[in-house]
Amino acid sequence: MDFLRPADWSEALEAKAKHPEATPIAGGTDLMVELNFDHRRPEILLDLSRVEQLRQWSRLPEAQGGVLRLGAGVPYSRLIDEVGAALPGLAMAARTVGSPQIRNRGTLGGNLVSASPAGDGHPPLIASGAEVEVESARASRTVPVAEFFTGVKKTVLAEDELVAAIRVPEATGPQQFSKIGTRNAMVIAVCTFAVALHPRRETVGTGIGSAAPTPRAASEAEEFLAAELAERDQWRRPTPLPESVVDRFAELVVNATAPIDDVRGTARYRTHALGVLARRTLGWAWEEYRNSAETAGRQGCA
Amino acid sequence: MRLNLTVNGRPMTADDVWEGESLLYVLRERLGLPGSKNACEQGECGSCTVYLEGVPVCACLVAAGQAQDREVGTVEGLADEDELSPVQRAFVDAGAVQCGFCTPGLLVAADDLINRVPDPSDAEIREALAGNLCRCTGYEKIMEAVREAAAEKTGSSSEGGRR
Repeated sequence: MDFLRPADWSEALEAKAKHPEATPIAGGTDLMVELNFDHRRPEILLDLSRVEQLRQWSRLPEAQGGVLRLGAGVPYSRLIDEVGAALPGLAMAARTVGSPQIRNRGTLGGNLVSASPAGDGHPPLIASGAEVEVESARASRTVPVAEFFTGVKKTVLAEDELVAAIRVPEATGPQQFSKIGTRNAMVIAVCTFAVALHPRRETVGTGIGSAAPTPRAASEAEEFLAAELAERDQWRRPTPLPESVVDRFAELVVNATAPIDDVRGTARYRTHALGVLARRTLGWAWEEYRNSAETAGRQGCA
Repeated sequence: MRLNLTVNGRPMTADDVWEGESLLYVLRERLGLPGSKNACEQGECGSCTVYLEGVPVCACLVAAGQAQDREVGTVEGLADEDELSPVQRAFVDAGAVQCGFCTPGLLVAADDLINRVPDPSDAEIREALAGNLCRCTGYEKIMEAVREAAAEKTGSSSEGGRR
């Protein structure tokens, strides 16, 4: 086995251009399991853990509208501590990843590239409208997260490309994430759901995990809810949501899924559970929005 | 490859290392440090928890090649020459050990917690140990030991004792 140890980002891109068959390794929390069990023997490993640029995050200039650029190699534990306030949905999802030891190593870039249908980081990124920065020695491009995945463990990455960073718009309203598993730690999701309210744009974002070959948004549910909220002037004068609206939202979320039976759960259970998660997370997010609107209103009057 | 790394403050070298083997294998089989235990080899059980650059990780999920020139701390490095560390002492006192297989990993995870969080709540202790499985004792004695170690640490670092 060859083990390539690029010292910086340009060396990493050059190495990948020269050895397109090289398998990148960052936190190793997925790949090392395959190596330990002899399920995989890559000819070449490309170790990205020394590339400092991947371990940094920054705020893009305000002109680009409050976007955080997260280096692909920032581990979950740092995402929680350092950008959790700006990206609450992502932080909630990150807290459900593995265990402290896993969160200290595992990275969002690895989560994207592994492209498991059950990747915990994907739904909140989709709900936030995040974009993946993809780079090669020849060019760079950005891909909306929802379009990054092409199938189970498949992505749009060309063989000479690496993920540089993920650009995530800062939250401008409440965000929620919920995950079904057998315990709170160390579980691969049976299914997950993320919702993000975007009051400034008066839109709603969603993300569904582990209930289709790739993570996806429930676009019809988003459009339905945004239309309902606009029609009833709910963004400015929020009141409790009618049951019928919450139920229809959940129904449209369920309609967006294409689950299978597997060792972690049946398709039928996933479908049921996602309806419950959609109702709950929307309930929590809306409650938070109403409370914050009330507080803002009171401050406005004083 | 020849692997150079620092373990428990001492520079160490291992020869003929396959880059794709785990740091855990290097520690146990090449460097004679069998304290970190090998159980699941997939990051589930936490028995191989070590410090890598000061952060607790599963040694089974670190490729040997990634450990080149890095600093590793194992359970063997917790105690001084002749004195157990606060977590080790507390595990003995509380009887938080039965078969002992999970103990090294728990000690490193608990050591990290009490160094990071003064006076951790039970919820914080449970969260910090969520990646370490014990199949003998149940976790009550372990919780007790970590509470004790944290209290001990707080007591010795603030003059007025425990707040």
